[in-house]
Amino acid sequence: MHESPMADRGGRWFLWALLDTAMAVHLLNGLPGAQSAMHLSNYTMNLIGKYMTYAMLAIAVDLIWGYCGILSLGHGAFFALGGYAMGMYLMRQIGTRGVYGDPVLPDFMIFLNWKELPWFWHGFESFPYALLMILLVPAALALVFGFLAVRARVSGVYFSIITQALTYALMLAFFRNDMGFGGNNGFTDFKDILGFNLQAPGTRIVLFLVTSLGLGATYLLCRYVVSSRAGRVIEAIRDAESRARFLGYRVESYKLWVFVLSAVIAGLAGALYVAQIGIINPSEFSPTNSIEIVIWVAIGGRGTLYGAVVGAFLVNFAKTYFTGALPSVWLYALGGLFIGVTLFLPHGVVGVIRRVGPNKGESTKIMGSA
Amino acid sequence: MPRIRPRLIFPALLLLLTGASLAEPPVGADTKPGLPSLLAALPAASYADKRLLIQQMLALRDPRVRAVLQAFLADALVARTRDQHVFVAEASEDHPDQLQLTDPLTAASAGAESSDDFATIGVNNQLRKELRVALAQFDLASLDQSVRLAAVKEMLRALDPRTQQMLRDRLTQEREPSVRREIQVGLALADLDSDEAATRLAAVTELSNSLNPDVYNRLSAMIQKSGNGSYGEADANVRAAAARSLRSIEHYRSFYAAIQTLIYGLSQGSVLVLAAIGLAITFGVMGVINMAHGELMMLGAYTTYVVQLLMPEHIGASIIVAIPAAFLVCGIAGVAIERGIVRHLYGRPLETLLATFGVSLILQQAVRDIFSANNRPVITPEWLAGTLQINDVLAITYNRLYIIVFTFALFLGLLAVMKRTRLGLEVRAVAQNRGMAKAMGVRTEWVDALTFGLGSGIAGIAGVALSQLTNVGPNLGQNYIVDSFMVVVFGGVGNLWGTEVGGNSLGVANKLLEPYTGAVLAKILVLVFLILFIQRRPRGLFPQRGRSADA
Repeated sequence: MHESPMADRGGRWFLWALLDTAMAVHLLNGLPGAQSAMHLSNYTMNLIGKYMTYAMLAIAVDLIWGYCGILSLGHGAFFALGGYAMGMYLMRQIGTRGVYGDPVLPDFMIFLNWKELPWFWHGFESFPYALLMILLVPAALALVFGFLAVRARVSGVYFSIITQALTYALMLAFFRNDMGFGGNNGFTDFKDILGFNLQAPGTRIVLFLVTSLGLGATYLLCRYVVSSRAGRVIEAIRDAESRARFLGYRVESYKLWVFVLSAVIAGLAGALYVAQIGIINPSEFSPTNSIEIVIWVAIGGRGTLYGAVVGAFLVNFAKTYFTGALPSVWLYALGGLFIGVTLFLPHGVVGVIRRVGPNKGESTKIMGSA
Repeated sequence: MPRIRPRLIFPALLLLLTGASLAEPPVGADTKPGLPSLLAALPAASYADKRLLIQQMLALRDPRVRAVLQAFLADALVARTRDQHVFVAEASEDHPDQLQLTDPLTAASAGAESSDDFATIGVNNQLRKELRVALAQFDLASLDQSVRLAAVKEMLRALDPRTQQMLRDRLTQEREPSVRREIQVGLALADLDSDEAATRLAAVTELSNSLNPDVYNRLSAMIQKSGNGSYGEADANVRAAAARSLRSIEHYRSFYAAIQTLIYGLSQGSVLVLAAIGLAITFGVMGVINMAHGELMMLGAYTTYVVQLLMPEHIGASIIVAIPAAFLVCGIAGVAIERGIVRHLYGRPLETLLATFGVSLILQQAVRDIFSANNRPVITPEWLAGTLQINDVLAITYNRLYIIVFTFALFLGLLAVMKRTRLGLEVRAVAQNRGMAKAMGVRTEWVDALTFGLGSGIAGIAGVALSQLTNVGPNLGQNYIVDSFMVVVFGGVGNLWGTEVGGNSLGVANKLLEPYTGAVLAKILVLVFLILFIQRRPRGLFPQRGRSADA
């Protein structure tokens, strides 16, 4: 009973929308003349690119929360770790163009009077190595942390609380100058990636397209996972963990691998985020950020994957709009959204659309206690 | 109405005290002949004569002399130009060109007069020294031991054979150990300069349990080898004794340092317990994850601020008023949150988490809109400020002690409510088996609301305490939320004792690590330890036994 990744309607709609957006943004941005009404500014494209990385992150959270019932309040940590790995690569690319002009050491190390590169910075001058680290570092952390947690059968709110402590501890650690990650300033002032100037319109468009591609691929991968046999087991674990265990499934390894996969996706999203936004600092580790991710998923509708994307776009678009237009209203609105969605829309926006939409026949699985 | 100047009250008070101690005629009684004439001689006297006059005054053993000497030392003893009458003068507050006069003989006010008509009775440095010694000698006989102690310290600052003799005399009759100790240490320090090796040896041995930093420095200097190979102390025996004394002093020092670390750790742990103990009710007993808990503490802190705004004249009492006020404000807020949101989400802890996080955002923004985004100044009442100086190396600020005591009292109070009251019984019953409790006639909804209100009210009280320790701003709550959840889980969910013990041991662990790692790394290490600990023992230090633990 293997389901095609393209089988669900919402997913198809999402992929078409993604393709259209990517094309439209790309083409409209390419239109000559900033005055043209159809022209899309670099700023807007950058913004949409940012939302896309958030959407990837939201899919990662939806994968473990919506499908496996594990609520991680520390997914921002994996996102930030991926971002830092990308940041380290970009820092090494600055070379002699930094303020102090040192060919090897990034500016902040000169500033701290360091004489040589710390061991963990070696290798980051090479893009393949950095890419490997973007995937491996979050994966390794998730593997160790998840292994310990899953083995001890830490679950439910306890798991949420220790993931929150994890990201909090990492935030404190990255704030320290001695860690070798630039302290509270983090990394910024990047120059180029793979030899292309990061500020050049062409590079930006390519980065945007890569991000769209990343989001699409993430969606397809996760859709493939959840509709595979393993995905069925994962949902079974969510709905009745003990029963799944008694049926002979190795609940622990399923949970662990979903957690690691989710962390890797989050790390990749972080790397794409940093390449486009051009800054990474320890506030990305803040526990509040991680809670916000969960909110995107909850608002969009969890257990659907595309709902996570919808939520990430909706909430972040609202955030951009409100913080610009009505800054003091934003927190009220966000707080009200949290309360309203959890009380009245347990299946999120997507759930509402499904309910009023044409295809009532499609089965909507309702989560038990998550 | 001119304000009464403390400088005038102080001599007057001392006058009363010393008066009683010397069993001399009380103030206002017939004056002994001598003091008026000695005073009258002062304005015209040369410095040498003044010195003699001071000694004669001392010999009178008259309590009123102290105020005269004090004023003399402070350049506040003046003579009226027209009749050379001597007064204690104080610059008038309302009229800068006038002097407030006090008659030194009767200690009664003698009105205010223009400063042009007066000349200050001059003092030189030698006289000042003389006056200080004379005052110290006076105070050495005071009934108040703290006055005596201060006098001894004053005399030790400049010892000469005369003052040494004075102190030795005092030692024969002094009964108060702290004053005796101070005199002994001071004299022994002086003996270190003696030419007799035996005297020095005795002094070094005498000093072996003194925590005075001077002693430590002097003894260290004695065994220090200087550049040309000679030691600060010539005699090898004395040197060996000095080394022994130093070791003993270091032993004492590390002991007191350990006590200090323990108390600092307990006070930091108490802050954690304060932040967590309300959660131990809402999360531990009810199983509700209230992410707005930190914001309820913030509300408590702001309540303190508002109470102080409402009663600016009684800052000292404001904290006492703020405690019940914060309990009410936050308790009501808690009941509102429970009725409005949480009760719809029972059995769905993760949704509760999200919804209450929404509440926390709204509360933060509300506080920003009402009180501005800046920190608000909350005043610390005088009785909370200050330091308890136990000895030369151990000093503890009162707020640390108060926070430990306060937290423990709050904990005991809460424990009593949970174990000894009807409400506590019903809360535990509902937590253990909701259906059964309901069947037995417990109004579970009512109990839920009250429990949540209780936990929130406790958060408010914690906020009052925190307002004395940290900045009161919209982000106050956020800083504690991760820590407090960790403390509750570490201690064992549903176990108040666990929270108390867990919080305090984490605080002490933090303070133990701090000297080696710095504050931030210590905190990170404690967090990492907690994460690993919870993964080893997910049920915490003191796991809840019974069926509810499996819920």
